[in-house]
Parts: sequence; C-alpha cells; structure tokens
Amino acid sequence: MLLRGSCRTIMGRLALSAGLLIFLALPAQALEKQLTVVTSYPKDLTTAFKQAFEKQHPDVKVEMLKKKTTAGVKYIQETASNNSSDLFWASAPDAFEVLKEDGLLAKYTVKATGIPDVIGSYPINDPDGFYKGFAGSGYGIMWNTRYLKAKKIPVPQEWNDLTQSVYHGHTGMSAPSRSGTTHLTVETLLQGEGWDKGWALMKEIAGNFHTVTERSFGVPDGVNSGQFGVGIVIDFFGLSSKASGFPVDFVYPTVTTLVPANIAIVKNAPHPEAAAAFIEFLLSEAGQDMLLDPKIMRLPVRPETYAKAPKDFPNPFTDHSIGAKVKFDVVKSKSRYNLVNSMFDVMITYRLDDLRKATKAIQDAEKAMAGKDNAEAAKLIAEAKALIAALPIDETKSLDTEFAATFKKKRKKATDKVTGRQAEVEQQWDSMVKDNYAKAVKLANKAKSM
Amino acid sequence: MPRLRTSYLVALALAFFLLVFLVIPVGKVIYVAFQDSSTGALTLVNFVDFFKTSLFRESFLNSLYVAGMSVLFASIIAMPLAYFTTRFNFGGSILIQTLGIVPLIMPPFVGAVAMQLFFGSNGSVNLLLDQWFGINIPFMEGLNGVILVESIHYFPFILINLSAALNNIDRSMEEAAQNLGSTGMRLFRRIVLPLAMPGYLAGASLVFLKAFDDLGTPLLLNVNNMLATQAYLRISSIGISDPMGYVISVILVIFSLFSLWVSMLASRGKDYSGGGKGSSGLLKRDMKGWEKIGAYCLIIFLLLMVLSPHISLLLLSFGTIWSYSVLPDAFTTAHYAEVFSTTRQYITNTLLYAGIAATFDVAIGVAISYVVLRTKVFGRRWLDYIATGALAVPGVVLGIGYLRTFNDFNVPIIDKPLASWWVIIVIALTIRRLPYALRACTAALHQVSLSLEEASENLGAGKTATVRKIVVPLMAGGIVAGFVTSFATATVELSATLMLVTAESDAPLAYGIYVFMQSAAGRGPGAALGLIAVLVVASGSYLAHHFIERNKRMQATSTGH
Repeated sequence: MLLRGSCRTIMGRLALSAGLLIFLALPAQALEKQLTVVTSYPKDLTTAFKQAFEKQHPDVKVEMLKKKTTAGVKYIQETASNNSSDLFWASAPDAFEVLKEDGLLAKYTVKATGIPDVIGSYPINDPDGFYKGFAGSGYGIMWNTRYLKAKKIPVPQEWNDLTQSVYHGHTGMSAPSRSGTTHLTVETLLQGEGWDKGWALMKEIAGNFHTVTERSFGVPDGVNSGQFGVGIVIDFFGLSSKASGFPVDFVYPTVTTLVPANIAIVKNAPHPEAAAAFIEFLLSEAGQDMLLDPKIMRLPVRPETYAKAPKDFPNPFTDHSIGAKVKFDVVKSKSRYNLVNSMFDVMITYRLDDLRKATKAIQDAEKAMAGKDNAEAAKLIAEAKALIAALPIDETKSLDTEFAATFKKKRKKATDKVTGRQAEVEQQWDSMVKDNYAKAVKLANKAKSM
Repeated sequence: MPRLRTSYLVALALAFFLLVFLVIPVGKVIYVAFQDSSTGALTLVNFVDFFKTSLFRESFLNSLYVAGMSVLFASIIAMPLAYFTTRFNFGGSILIQTLGIVPLIMPPFVGAVAMQLFFGSNGSVNLLLDQWFGINIPFMEGLNGVILVESIHYFPFILINLSAALNNIDRSMEEAAQNLGSTGMRLFRRIVLPLAMPGYLAGASLVFLKAFDDLGTPLLLNVNNMLATQAYLRISSIGISDPMGYVISVILVIFSLFSLWVSMLASRGKDYSGGGKGSSGLLKRDMKGWEKIGAYCLIIFLLLMVLSPHISLLLLSFGTIWSYSVLPDAFTTAHYAEVFSTTRQYITNTLLYAGIAATFDVAIGVAISYVVLRTKVFGRRWLDYIATGALAVPGVVLGIGYLRTFNDFNVPIIDKPLASWWVIIVIALTIRRLPYALRACTAALHQVSLSLEEASENLGAGKTATVRKIVVPLMAGGIVAGFVTSFATATVELSATLMLVTAESDAPLAYGIYVFMQSAAGRGPGAALGLIAVLVVASGSYLAHHFIERNKRMQATSTGH
C-alpha cells in the first residue's frame, strides 16, 4: 500500500510537472484528450487534417467519424440527448441550417483574423454565429476527354451549351434533394436567370440527361468511368479526379456561385476546447495551405494562401468572374428550400424518361425543320417547348411562406398547425407535368412530319 | 407439463428479442406514417395519399414486375447448377457450390462501379460489341437492367436452398420411383422436384422478397420509380420530414408478409419429409461423355455470366486508371498495399461481427422454425412473420430506430450508450439477416420426418435431447445454408451500419469501402477491400460446404451406404 501510495504521489508530481512544462511551452489552455468529428469528407482530407492537428496538439486524439451528410445530420439529431460528438464538418450549408434550427449547434466566435466576409457573393460565416466557412467551392462542368473525343462531342463551357442536341444522353447530375451543393446550383440558376427562365433552362439541360444520380459523388464516378461524358459537379470533384489521373477536365461557367464548406461545434460537446482549437487550426495559415493538396483541392478562405497555389488555380478573391455574377439571396433560398427540391424531383428526377422523350422529339423536329421555312411547324415546336417549360407554381407562390410550409412541416409543438400535405400537392404537379410532356411529344412529332 | 413450459419459455424469449430489437425501434420511426401531419392525430390519410399518387402506384407495379421476373430468371440460372451438382458425380461440385454464393456479396459502391465498367452503356462489353459489330446493348438501363442485376445477384438464394433440399431427399423415394419404371425428366418432374419444393420455395420467396424490397440495385442503375427507392429517397433527403417515406416502408413490410403467407399456403398440407432414414441425398451417377461436355459448357457459361461483376472488380482492384476503355490502362498492387497498411481492423471487425450475427441467426432461426412447426404455442406464426418482416425494413430506418431507442440506455460496466457500443452493429446485422437463416431452417425442418422425433421420445429421450441429438443434426444442411447466406450478406451490409458506427476502430469493411469511395483516388483501394470481402466469404462458404460433404460421407459410411 505504502509503495503504491508513494508511487501515486510520484506519478502525480511527474504529471504535474509535465503539465507545467507543457503549460510553459504552449501558452494555450490545456485541451481535452479527445475530439470526435462527424464529417462527410473523404479520407484524403480528414486524415491529412487529423495528422496535422495531432502533431500540433499531441495530447489530443482525433476520431473522424465519417457519415454521409444526411446520415450525419440524423445521427446528431438522434444522439442529442446523450451527445458524444464535438464537431460537425461538412460542405452543404443547408445541413448546418437544419441542425441550427433544431438548436443542436453551439455558437462560437473565431479568433483567427484576416478572413474576408464573403467569398464570391456568399457570406463565409453564418450571420447568427453558429457555423464557420473554412473553404469555398463552386459548381461547374466536368467532362471525360476520352469519351468526348470518341463520340466527337465538343467541350462545353456554359450551361447553355448543355441544352444542345449533341449532348443528348451524355450528361449527368445529382438531384438537389440528395445533395445540398446540387441544390445550390439549381437555386443559383433560378436566382441568376429568374424563376421561369431558370427552370426552363434547367429542364432543357435535364432533357439531355443520361441519368440523375442518387448521391453527389455518383456524378464524378460516372464521368470518371466513362458511363456518361459530361457531369455537373462541385469543383473539387472535378479538380481532384483530374489530380488522381483520370482523363477528365473541369470548367466554371459564368453563372455559378461559390459556397463555403463549413464546420460547427455541436451543442453540449464533451470536448469544447479541443473543438475550438480544431476550428482555429483549420482557419490558420497552416491549415489553409493544406487545402491546396492535389487530392483535396478546395478554395481557401484566406486570400494570401492563393500565392502558394499551382498555376491556373482559380482565385475568387482576385478573379471576380467566379461566382460573382449572381448576388445570392440566402434568405430566399432558405425559405423555399424543400419546395425547390420537391419541384425538381417531380418535374425531372421521377419523370426523366418522359422529359427525355419530349426533348428528343423536339430536337428531332428542329433538325427536320432546319433550313426550312415553315411557320406552322415552328409554332408547334414553340408550343411544345412552352409545355415542357410550364411550371405548376409561379415565383410569388414559391415564396409564400404558408405554402412553402407544406414541404417543411416540422411540428415542434402540438399546437403548431400546417396546412396541406406534400403528397397531395406533388400528385397534382405530377399529373400536370406528365400530361404536358406527353402533349409536347405529340406536337413535336406533328411538326416533324410537316 | 414441463415440456410445454419449455416451449413457451423459448417462444417468449424469442418474442421479447424481436420486440426489443425490431418492433419497438422500427415502430418509433415509422409511427409518423399513421400521424396526421397537421394535427398529430392518428390517421390513415397518408395511406390514402399513397394510393392516390400515380407515381407510387407505378412504383408498386414496377417493383412487383421486377420481383416476379427476377424469380423467373434466378430460377433459370440456379436450377441447372443445383441439379447437376447434386445429381451427378461431378469434379468441381464444391467449387461450383462455393462460387455460387459469391454473387450474393456485391460490395456497396465498388460493386456498382465494377458492373458499370463491365456491362454499362460504355463498359467493356459494349465497347467491344461496338468495335466488332457496331451495336450497343443496354444491359444496365431501366427495369430490365434491374431484373438482370437482381437475378445475377440473388439467384444463390435458390441455389443454396434448393441444393440443401436436394441433398436431403430420401433416396428410397427415388429408388421406388425407378423400380416402378419412372426415369429421366419424368422422374425429375414427378418425384425429385416436388420433394425438393420446400427448399425451392424458401429460395424463391427470398429472391422475390429481396428483389421487391431491394434498394442497392435500383440505386446503382438510378431507377427511381420503384417502391424501395422512393422510400429511401424520401427518408434520407436533407431536412425533409414527409411521412410518405415511412408510409412506403409500412407498405413494403405488409406486402412482404402477404407474399410470404402466400408461399406458405402453397406448401401447406404437404408432407415433404423422408421416411425412415435421415438425409441421404439423391443417387449420384456418372455422366456419359457428351452429357459431361454439355453440362460443363452450360455451367461454365452460367458461372462466367454471374461472376463477371467480380472479375471486373478484380481488374478494378489491380488497375490504375480505368475509364472508357475495355481494360484498365495499367496494373499495380499499390491498392492492396494501401489497404493492408491502413485498414486491417476493418477486416477483423467484419469477420467478428458477421460471424457472431450469423451464428445468432441460425440459433434463432432453428428455434423459431421449431416453435412454429413443432409446437402449439399460441400466436407462433407471428414469430415467423415478424422476423421475416425485417427483410422489408430499410436499413436506414432500423439504424435511426436504434439510435432513438438505445441512445439513452447506458450499458452497465462499460457505461456507454448501447447505441454507440459495437455490439449494436452485431444486433442490427443479426436482425437484418435473420430472415435468410430463418427461411433456410424452416425449409430444412420441413424435410425432417416427425416419426424420427417420435421414435426418439419413445425411446425415452427428452424434448431437449431430441432437438439436440436428432433434429439439429438432420437439419445440418439447411443450417449451414442459412449460416452462409446470413454471413455472406452481413459482410457487405452498409445502410444500418453507416448509421451506427461511432468509432473508426469499431467499423466494419463496408464502412471502409464507403470511406474510400468518397473520393476519386479511393476507387482502387475500395475495390481491393471489396475483393477481400468476397474472398473472405468465399473461403468461409467453401469450408462450410467441405464440412457438409465430410459429414455426409461419415453418415453414409456409418449407415452402411
């Protein structure tokens, strides 16, 4: 007993002096021994940051818990009563919005300085102070060079290019309801081109789709394999695929928006100090430099980091053509978030075959009419196009909060009341859309036979 | 009546297990299907919406069509393989039975990529067809693509269960038929096939249910207009709390139970059990020269077809860049080096989890089938229905249910929430794969003659001793079949696992594959990990078959055959 007792005091002293030493060496406060990060990021990114952070804070052991964004959100929601996660680290700002609304995030004020307020035209940090942007990413077009060469298809540059008949059956995209970043692309298009024109363009592009993939990584996967030639993807998917050696390339169209990728401390985090230290590390110069790794390839939020970037690396802080054309309205986007997702699924994802058929019929009719001057046929084609473009609701209705609530209906209290049922509304839209696509095929075929 | 009490106790324990780990967690998630979203009151309005929505009606019919056609094509693939390997003296019988299980293991994500690279519209096969003949066959498009993949993927259910049943047929039945002058196709059609019916039905109903409820394949082909995909897409959308996803889940469960009930009706009132002896299997005979060549050609063709995704996976795991070409640009072993240096714990975890889960599955499967078929416990069929209903519960729903139910329950001693203890992953796998083991065990027990048990009891053995010494040994073939299917499919389970993993050190292989397949550079290592899963399961099932064969030979010598 005596031995053990004295042993304990010696150990205690040792620990104390060791603690003192560390305290003297590092002016920072002592951190907890552990840090659990729920993240949707790939291994290449998480491992790099885990190792670098553990090197700087050798006492802290970082656990990177990888879950799809949706699964991560559900996980944090379901475990909230007995929370064991410290940080949520993912791209899509809307996932953070969901957690914020549920009161599952903690406020945090960043100590690091030198980070601007906006990237492109999107605010880097959550205005309410819950989540912080650490990198930017923008949507664009990637393509498989072998595929385009073999099929003799030109390289696309702008969204409009993707509406041409030469791309029919060769393009792919994910659905906005499946991926928050895809949602932002659609919303950007709607805000940049206007509600009606934006949707019309979206459907013209979608009429050429080979597929709508179930997860956002399905798009670069399909382009990398050569399953389809052109994909609408977030920049780092394109840039990192290229860096990994696949015969692919990537371009930003003029209308795009840069969106911050985020990190936030979970409410009641068991290790808040370590969590804060991780955020500070991520935003420090050393942390930002790591984003330029060829396997990671995300746009840093520190302007000075770009000096170290490879040639041709896009820099949104000097090149104002990237993501600056659209003044992105976050409030608008948020208020109709689920409604836009639902419209996309009803009009495009679930009726892709019908939409493709209608688009093909119109393209064929236009080809048959090329060079001919047939006013009646041209009128029929225009009618068919209008039928495809027709929307079940106009922009005013999309911003009507009561209507949009049908798609959210999260009853927090028993007294909350929501009107309408999503399934009911979707069925009405679906029958209209299906009808219109079928009519468009008929009109186009009639025009073609003229 | 101590005997009666034992069976009631067993039934009660089974009911408790299913209640705690299946009914309550799932109920906690899907109750919103019965809730009016505006008032929170109980209602069926969501189900009215379901049937009013043309998209859902279409999806329902599509799922039904796919399931039916998949059973047909899976039978066409499985029947010759099962028949030839059990009926004739055949060099590579064990090999064929082993390779037959491999298609069941389609690792998530990498399997999809491998299939697209091989069969896709710009995959190897179509690139070659285009080069040689200028044609392109859409193997992987639309509903027909789903049927093709489902048949290739799930035919082992029929193969395994049918083979087990064929091996269990009483030889004297066949001999009697031959003595009465029945031969060839007539013998097969009138005697062999009917006697093997429980096994075939067990397999076919699994294929039907699985194809009906399957999520992976339609997602891989991006076919959205099917029920399981609709449910999944709605449940896992960001921020959407639409009840329709759960309504569809409820409908999937109900329909699955209904079709199970129909398949039970088909086999009710028939006696499939052998007479005096236990399992002896069909009379094996040698084939004539030309028969042999024909059989080998057919089998090689079928195996090549069903194993092509795995051949493609092999190429992918050794290839550098594979994009829009017949073969990868170059080959390397770097992916395996990476997997072995960084992720070895995934492999050991998977062996542990899937092994425990499959063992529990056959134990529970034997117990449930015995209670259902051999006792008079009140409501015993419900054990079967509920356990099989697990097949139709989406993995995400089970995962969320476990988090919701067990997160506040701290396990004594380790003082951690049950929901974040690795054991919860094992339980999830046990529940999700229980239907496979259960169907196999039920089919096996159908073939055991009641008279053998009666004889044992007449000779003074108790119920427990009879089960242990007579029933279980006679069911061995079915039990092994159940173990192999549960084990194989548990190794690649992802959806519930992804929800429940709370520490990387506890994660199984499927999670590792998911992690790799999040980035372009991870495709090769992901494929390598997938191939390791395939090898692990294949060697496991080879050993299992080896074990059956040895057992049978020992039985044969001991009974003088």
